[in-house]
Parts: sequence; C-alpha cells; structure tokens
Amino acid sequence: MSSPFHNLQELRHSASLANKVFIQRDYTDGTVCKFQTKFPSELDSRIERTLFEDTVKTLNNYYAEAEKIGGQSYLEGCLACLTVYLIFLCIETRYEKVLKKISRYIQEQNEKVYAPRGLLITDPIERGMRVIEISVYEDRGSSGSSSGSSTTSSSGR
Amino acid sequence: MSAVMITRKVTRKWEKLPGKNTFCCDGRVMMARQKGVFYLTLFLIVGTCSLFFAFECPYLAVHLSPAIPVFAVLLFVFVVAMLLRTSFSDPGVLPRALPEEANFIEMEIEAANGNVMAGQRPPPRIKNVQINNQIVKLKYCYTCKIFRPPRASHCSICDNCVDRFDHHCPWVGNCVGKRNYRYFYLFTLSLSLLTIYIFAFNIVHVVLRSVDSGFMNTLKETPGTVLEVLVCFFTLWSVVGLTGFHTYLISLNQTTNEDIKGSWSGKNRVQNPYSHKNFIKNCCEVLCGPTYPSVLDRRGVMLEDSTRPTPSDASAASTYKSTNPVSQTTKSSAPLIPNEHTPEEAKPSIGAGTQKSTSSPKEEKPPSPTSPNAVAPAVIKESAH
Repeated sequence: MSSPFHNLQELRHSASLANKVFIQRDYTDGTVCKFQTKFPSELDSRIERTLFEDTVKTLNNYYAEAEKIGGQSYLEGCLACLTVYLIFLCIETRYEKVLKKISRYIQEQNEKVYAPRGLLITDPIERGMRVIEISVYEDRGSSGSSSGSSTTSSSGR
Repeated sequence: MSAVMITRKVTRKWEKLPGKNTFCCDGRVMMARQKGVFYLTLFLIVGTCSLFFAFECPYLAVHLSPAIPVFAVLLFVFVVAMLLRTSFSDPGVLPRALPEEANFIEMEIEAANGNVMAGQRPPPRIKNVQINNQIVKLKYCYTCKIFRPPRASHCSICDNCVDRFDHHCPWVGNCVGKRNYRYFYLFTLSLSLLTIYIFAFNIVHVVLRSVDSGFMNTLKETPGTVLEVLVCFFTLWSVVGLTGFHTYLISLNQTTNEDIKGSWSGKNRVQNPYSHKNFIKNCCEVLCGPTYPSVLDRRGVMLEDSTRPTPSDASAASTYKSTNPVSQTTKSSAPLIPNEHTPEEAKPSIGAGTQKSTSSPKEEKPPSPTSPNAVAPAVIKESAH
C-alpha cells in the first residue's frame, strides 16, 4: 500500500502505532548473535522481501564481525589482561566499535528505507539482543488497522 | 517538540530494573543482594597479605631477595582487581521482555499449542532448535517472559536470566556468567598462585629464621605467620581444587550449570554442541573471546514526562515515555497463562549452582499498557550505599 510518510519526523507526528513485529534469534550456529532472515507475513504488504532480508543479513554480518574469535580478539584479550583490564577505561573494545556502526546503519536504514514505508526498526541492543523489533505505523487518518488484524505467528522456530 | 521540564533529579535506568540486584556508584557497580560473604573474601585476602607484608617480607627481602615482596604485591593487586571486576560487573543479565514482546511470544505459543481442553494442563513451553546438528531445548522463563537463549539460565538469588550462566558465587557476591566468567577464572587462578606463594614463603621464612633463633622464638617474633599458614592451608585445598575444576570445564567448553545438570554427559544425551572438540580452541574462546557489552544500559537516563499529553506513540529511539498507550492493536491481548512448574524444574538445586528457571504464580500481574518499561511487578528501589 502506498504510504504518505516521507521521513521519520512525519512518522512520529502523524502516525499511530499499529503493530510490532519481532524478528527472533537464529541459534543454528550456536550462541553467536544472528537473527532469522525469514520474512514475517505481517510485513508482506509493507516492504519488499529483498530489502528486509538485506537489512537482516547486513546486521548479522556486523554481529559476526564483532564476535569473531581471531587474531585481533586474542590481542585485545591478552593486552587487556596484562593491564589488569584497566585499558578498557581508555579505549573502546572492538565490540563497542561495531555496535556504534550498527546503530548508525539502523538509523540510516530507518531514514532511507523503513520510515517511508511506515516502519521503524529498534536497535536489538535495546531489547537485550534478543529480537529486532519492527514497529508498524498506520496513518492516523486511515480508519482501522489493517496490518494489525493478522495475528498469525510469523517467525518460525 | 516542547521542552521537558525536569523538576527532580535524573532517574537512571538502573533504578527501575527488576531483579534482586544492588547497584552502587549510580549504576556503575552491580552486585547481588547478599554481600556478607564477599566482604569476608576481601577481608581474608587483604588481611592475610597485610600480615605477609608486615611480618615476612622485611626479613625475606633482606635475606633472600627484594623481588619476593615485589612479586607478591603484583600478584595481590591482580587478585583484588579480578575479584572486584567479577563482583562489580554485569554477568550477562538478559533484560525482561517488554509487554509487547511478551504478548507476541504468548500468541506464538498459543498458535503452536492449538486448542487445549479445559481442565487439561497446557504442554510445557519448550522450543527445539538445532545447533551444530544437535537438538537443544530452549525453555520458557515465566519470570522474564522470554524463551531463554541456549546456555542461559535463571538465577533465583538475583532473579535474573543470565546468559551462559555458570553459577551464583556467594564468595564474589554475584552471578558468574558470560561477561565475567574469564575474570572469575583469572581470580581463582591468581588466588591459587598467591596462596601457594604465601604458604611457600611462610615455610621458607620460618625455616630460615629458626636456623638463627630457634623455632619457638620465631613464632613469638612473627605471630602473623601462624595465622597466615592456617588461612593458606585451608584456602589452598578449596581454591586450587576450584581452579582445577574450572580449567577442566573450560577445556570442554562447559558451564558449571551444565555439568551439574549433566546436560552433555551420558550415552543417550546430546553431545556438547558448543565445544570445538579442541582443548586449545575451547580455552581461547572462553578466555580470549570478545568482550561482550552489557545490554542493561544501567546508566541510561529515563525520561519520565507524565504531564505531557503526547499524541504520538513511543518512537523507536531510546526515549521511554510512560504515558503512551502502546498497544492499540486489534489483536486480543492474550491472558498470560498461569505458570505450571514443569517436573524437572521442581528439582532442588545443588551446591553453588543454584538456579531456578520458572517463577511462581504469585508474580502474576496484568500487563499495564501505560508503562512500557515497568514490566516488574514492583519497582525495586535499589539503595545506593
């Protein structure tokens, strides 16, 4: 459906929250942070499948980069241990740097892709890295919430 | 947007966190409620080392080498630093689900269960996931209203779900989980070394001094020695044993919790899907892995503007508005099904690994749509002391 929203500001002022969709974690690779790329049915009419999958895959790549166990993480770990972990008062850990990148990416995606379609992504870190929360907004003028009526369970196990 | 007038002091998010933790230094420090044993630990370590520095070190520095007290000081600083780091940091607490997320999960569960006949017990809430070709069961936490991630467990003492839950350690006054396990291990390792070091040099000191002045005179001159030897002797067995046990767990990439419950042992059980089957790789992952951030955001500021009639709903940014009606959806808010203890959860917990994964029915509260972040039944005012 065509949406009258053009940016985040408009969204906040003239829209009302209709529904929230939660993208669950994908544990098939273990405890690394990874989200399911399965397209939820509630978003069927709101956004193209490829755009959504791209967003989730990029986020997954960012998290994989943050949690990678390799040369850099060993170096960071050993150096930190030698300085009795006081070095973390001065420098940022690699994970924190990647989290900042993720936050910028989500903001950019919200502005360019999701807000024009009446959607808004919440950074997973604000939900304990358990879910990606996507808020679905309806134009205040339109009566009823069409996307709120579907209550089928979307994300599979 | 109209300016918000904050007429009282800033409220930080740690003040509204559910769970039974105590917070200090305006949210920077996070511990369990019972801290008595932690103070004992600190007292024993600082006390014993003070006696060592007072009685043994002057003699040994002169008669043997000045490197002895120097190394002791370094070791002591490392031990205390690791202890404080373990005790004061967030072990990896998973925040509870906000009402919308809890409702979403409830809807999914109901859809999966289909129609339950009246009077029949609904099936236990378990999700099966496949991890590295093994089936792992994820249990539902009735307190936090989430399906626990693999390896997470609910600590009944702190009343939180903790990621990669190892055990709740009263000696450090905190849970040991994903974020502070390596500090805990380094603490036990360095404490073992310190204990052995002090014990050994006590013996050396007594021997050397006895050669000069006789055994009884030595004890009279340095009465601290007796105390130190006693403390070290008893500490040695427990701490060295604990270090050995955790070294064994790390090499297999297991947690104390899994070991106690026997999750990966036994013929018909699942093999540990998290182990790399390589001792070095397992150690490296646990000890040199990335430093996970805390997802609690204890020091974030909460914006409470109950006077502003906001027409728009909560934006996805980090502001929390307490008056916004969040759930305007037409979907029926599923009544939260009263808890049923699954049989295995009723098992009493053993030893230090105390954890209870289901909450009791007395925590039932209707989900209030007006405050999206006040999930806890009661706002626990954490007194900073």
